[in-house]
Amino acid sequence: MYDFAYEKPASLADAVAALGHEDAKVIAGGMTLIPVLKQRLNKPSVVVDLSGLGMTGITVTDESVIIGAMTTHATVAASAAVKRAIPALATLAGLIGDKEVRHRGTIGGSLANNDPAADYPSAALALGATINTNTRSINADDYFQGMFTTALEAGEVITSVVFPIPAKAAYVKFKNPASRYAMVGVFVAKGPAGVRVTITGAGQNGVFRHIGFEHALAAKWSADSLTGVATSQDDLNSDIHASAEYRAHLCNVVAKRAVAAAG
Amino acid sequence: MPQVTLTVNGKSASVDVEARTLLVELLREKLGMTGTHVGCDTSQCGACVVHVDGVSVKSCTMLAVQAEGTSVTTIEGIAAADGTLHPMQEMFREHHALQCGFCTPGMVMSAIDLVNSNPQGLSQDEIRHGLEGNLCRCTGYHNIVKAIDAAQGIMHAPAAE
Repeated sequence: MYDFAYEKPASLADAVAALGHEDAKVIAGGMTLIPVLKQRLNKPSVVVDLSGLGMTGITVTDESVIIGAMTTHATVAASAAVKRAIPALATLAGLIGDKEVRHRGTIGGSLANNDPAADYPSAALALGATINTNTRSINADDYFQGMFTTALEAGEVITSVVFPIPAKAAYVKFKNPASRYAMVGVFVAKGPAGVRVTITGAGQNGVFRHIGFEHALAAKWSADSLTGVATSQDDLNSDIHASAEYRAHLCNVVAKRAVAAAG
Repeated sequence: MPQVTLTVNGKSASVDVEARTLLVELLREKLGMTGTHVGCDTSQCGACVVHVDGVSVKSCTMLAVQAEGTSVTTIEGIAAADGTLHPMQEMFREHHALQCGFCTPGMVMSAIDLVNSNPQGLSQDEIRHGLEGNLCRCTGYHNIVKAIDAAQGIMHAPAAE
């Protein structure tokens, strides 16, 4: 790891100022950034630690679940309030990495990184979440812009995420057994944003909505509705873990399991 | 050079580190506490698990500067002052839950957190899932699971009058 300067600001304004340095990087939980730095894939001048800003905690209203950006996966997974309001979200958080990773990794970090196999992007897009930053609110539809790419501007920091509460939702993940990243993860939801099916882990451009599955489920919410509905292999990943053909097959299998789990 | 002040196994320490120094490097190289191991150095294997403010983390994937002001417990800090082993250590010995021993410090620290955070008790299947973040290349996990199962009975037993 190359060395860097380290700053732990006590206010959001100070954090934004620190991020004004050329090649400054945010560290939230560090579960991606630290491995990346170890591999010398990134060489920040300054690492800005957001852990002094608060931004943790979960609020549940009648319509939504609001999660502070620095809230860990372990906190979301264990939250009785989240389990009541959007159980699929607690399930998803509990499937990320292992328990040591969940103790450090944060929702804001996951969404800011937008790893193509990360779990949270599927929930944010399926539920029509709003990503709040220090400057604005971004609809999930506009937020995810391809692998490791988001609508965030330089110096923009996620502060919280608002998930509308759906009538039904479930997340099922077919894990890579070594990394526990999703080979295919499917989030299905019937909620304020309509019937949505999002897929993570499979697409070359990161999380995407599966319009074919959505139409089939909008017509009839049943796992059987997905039988025979195809997934195009054109933009799917093909690597040592799974071919595009296999991932396309898994999309259907895992989506059916998710619909069955949502009830 | 940043200075980190933290508590390790109940003792306060102030250490000059580089910003890039990992928590495990602080423990092993600055404080000479080599019980915490580095196996994979890629957050997979869990040999480096310690407790930071009571929860298990991989100390190879945390910067030392992020541990400022925290209380860290390592494998060296869990036995009683008179040398009596922690019940988890004792059950690992009792059930022969180690062979080469390399993964053991992380296994024990991870298992203690797992048992502490599940006072309702864990099935053997739940114990296996709870060890997702710890790899052992020798024993095949079976005796590790047995040891943790036995230890939870002792750790959750009502204190003797």
